[in-house]
Amino acid sequence: MEFDPVILARIQFAFTVSFHIIFPSFTIGLAAYIATLEVLWITTGLERYHRIARFFTKIFAVSFGMGVVSGIVLSYQFGTNWSHFSHVVGNVIGPLIGYEVLTAFFLEATFLGIMLFGWNRVPRGVHVFASIMVAAGTSLSAFWILSANSWMQTPAGHEVIDGVAYPVDWLAAIFNPSFPYRFAHMVTACYLTTAFVVLAVGARYVYQGRYSEDARTMMRMAIGLIAILAPLQAYIGDAHGLNTLEHQPVKIAAIEGHWGETDGVDGGVPLVLFAWPNEKTESNDYQIAIPHLGSLILTHSWDGTFKGLKEFAPDDRPPVAIPFFAFRVMVGMGLLMIFTGWLGAFLLWRRRLFETDWYLAPVQHIWPIGFITVLSGWFVTEVGRQPWVAYGILRTVDAISPVDGWAVATTLVLFVLVYGVVFSGGIYYINRLIARGPEGEAVETPTGVPNRPLTSAHEATRAAINTTGE
Amino acid sequence: MEVGLGMTWYLPVIWGLLLSVAIAMYVVLDGFDLGIGILFPFARNDREKDQMMNSVAPFWDGNETWLILGGGGLFVAFPLAYSIVMPALYLPMIFMLLSLVFRGVAFEFRHVAETSRFLWNIAFAGGSTLAAFFQGVLLGGFVQGIKVENNAFAGGPLDWATPFALLCGLGVVAGYALIGSVWLIMKTDGPTAVRARVHARLLLPAVLLFMGAVSLWTPIAFPRIAERWFTTPNLFYLAPVPVITLILAALVWRWLENGHQNMPFFGVIGLFLLGYVGIGISIFPYLVPPSLTVWDTAAAPASQVFTLIGTVFMLPVILGYTAFVYWLFRGKVREGEGYH
Repeated sequence: MEFDPVILARIQFAFTVSFHIIFPSFTIGLAAYIATLEVLWITTGLERYHRIARFFTKIFAVSFGMGVVSGIVLSYQFGTNWSHFSHVVGNVIGPLIGYEVLTAFFLEATFLGIMLFGWNRVPRGVHVFASIMVAAGTSLSAFWILSANSWMQTPAGHEVIDGVAYPVDWLAAIFNPSFPYRFAHMVTACYLTTAFVVLAVGARYVYQGRYSEDARTMMRMAIGLIAILAPLQAYIGDAHGLNTLEHQPVKIAAIEGHWGETDGVDGGVPLVLFAWPNEKTESNDYQIAIPHLGSLILTHSWDGTFKGLKEFAPDDRPPVAIPFFAFRVMVGMGLLMIFTGWLGAFLLWRRRLFETDWYLAPVQHIWPIGFITVLSGWFVTEVGRQPWVAYGILRTVDAISPVDGWAVATTLVLFVLVYGVVFSGGIYYINRLIARGPEGEAVETPTGVPNRPLTSAHEATRAAINTTGE
Repeated sequence: MEVGLGMTWYLPVIWGLLLSVAIAMYVVLDGFDLGIGILFPFARNDREKDQMMNSVAPFWDGNETWLILGGGGLFVAFPLAYSIVMPALYLPMIFMLLSLVFRGVAFEFRHVAETSRFLWNIAFAGGSTLAAFFQGVLLGGFVQGIKVENNAFAGGPLDWATPFALLCGLGVVAGYALIGSVWLIMKTDGPTAVRARVHARLLLPAVLLFMGAVSLWTPIAFPRIAERWFTTPNLFYLAPVPVITLILAALVWRWLENGHQNMPFFGVIGLFLLGYVGIGISIFPYLVPPSLTVWDTAAAPASQVFTLIGTVFMLPVILGYTAFVYWLFRGKVREGEGYH
């Protein structure tokens, strides 16, 4: 049986990178959150910040472990599966990744030891410092990785000689045209992802009437951040979109499901809300669209136009359906984030947040929203880059290693099995840590719980937790 | 950028040395924590297992980062070598990485797990042992040579699977177990340390046998390596390497007999470095033996210089805070004492 190594290597990379990105998008935000809590702890002296920090450190440890091991795999896959990529763009991408290892990876990995195991061994100040170093390391790591990824999307500061890219201007390569947008978008996404996990955990405890002091602090901090960052993220995303239109117009055409200039009503480009992009007929089936809105968003004018997919050779177009649908998932989730944040902020302002069960009940389950949004965002940008792996320099089909299909197939199966076990284990253990809750606080007696209609309904749950959970 | 001939000669040599340092750091540091995993099944109970794991828990993450610097360094400084060596050693490389995945998550999962703890014990021991084995296989596969045509790997996916590479795999398992056992002598006490001393005395002769076997096998099987070692005047310059190895091994044996706590660990590091130097002598200046040298596979000088600047500044900083963390967690980990 013949296996196509390119397809298999693409599936393998998509699988391993999607698995990996879940963890940094959580731990970058979480490291910053823990460092913030620790700074609050030593400046205010309030024990609850310490408890929350220690609690999330345990969750951080499990997530970070999974992020590290899946990241090591990725760093080697450039060579194993995409060796021609390494050869063609290694002169530029290599140093960027090298700087990530030198400045970021060692920093976070080394200080992690103090952060996780130093609570009782080092003075408070050293522990806070270690946590800040870990947070700085994770953010620096994002800086270099986003720089390398942005360079693959919008290469700059290089020249191509005999098909191989050589660096000419490092500053231009690092701060390539899409980097600032991509970095801002990703870091904000990481903070939002973490904030929603914190919000959900807090809501769960408040709803169950456990750890209410810590849980309320978690919810307040998370809602404050979300109410500001979620709309800001929409703005950054819009700016990123305009940047993409300038540098990767075919990606925008795919995202918008925009086939040609003529398919607008009255000249303007409509905003396609839903459709089924059909690559055979080069048009959308079942389209629901709002006239002119596409023009308004992307050109900021009523009748402005931008290039449609048909203006690019079929070989230069990305597969349309994935960026098209993934983009709609991302934006939909983003809107839900803004709504959740603002509603929460409103309830907080009206001093009803911790008694409003119709808000708490669904919000305790909202924790995956950031992960879904981040993953769909990456599908948009990475699939939208196709058929190029380094835009305009190297096509994905040419980046492959000289390996046999069956070898890639074998390792793909192993990856799916191993990651399946590891991922299930990780989710299971993080859930167990959350179920146990922050330490150091005795489970409250139900009498202190404010009066709310559903309180009695939770009595049984609480009793069960009191007897078995601790 | 105009670069003189001198620079294009020196830069790849400097990078070759830096890469050697990174890999040596990795072998020593992750060596002992992988060794803990290899010795894990021999611990008598869960408390001893906890003690063993706690002796490396604050360090393993930082230790493993040297592996990324090794791989990353090859990518940064010698992208052509990276793009040939990785596909050539595709399967053992990915097997090794997947083994590290299992073992890495076991550190955290095992700590949180209750009833499923035994599963993560197996994952930790199995992952560590297999990772060590495949690292040895990678070393063997590299030393025995890689088939190259037109600057690309031109062999099959199982070219690496030779008796020599498998022997190297077993050798590295024994070596890591040895350095793990002398680490435990230094960092633990009670029954764990007593048992570690027993293990070390069994493993030291085994490791010497493996080193001897590889030292005999390589010159016999690979004439280029025989030529390197057994022609004059090289013979005289290089003879000290095996001689010092034997003397040091005898010293380590005495330290083990005489109840020394720390010296066996540093002695074994010395043995590792000597073996490593021996392999380096056999290989240099080839980065893709036997065809491509460090100069053939070097990245653009502008790339090598750019990363070298960062390395010159960052490497001392990294070594500094690594030493700081080891110092913070100095002293013995007693049974039942956890950091968590």
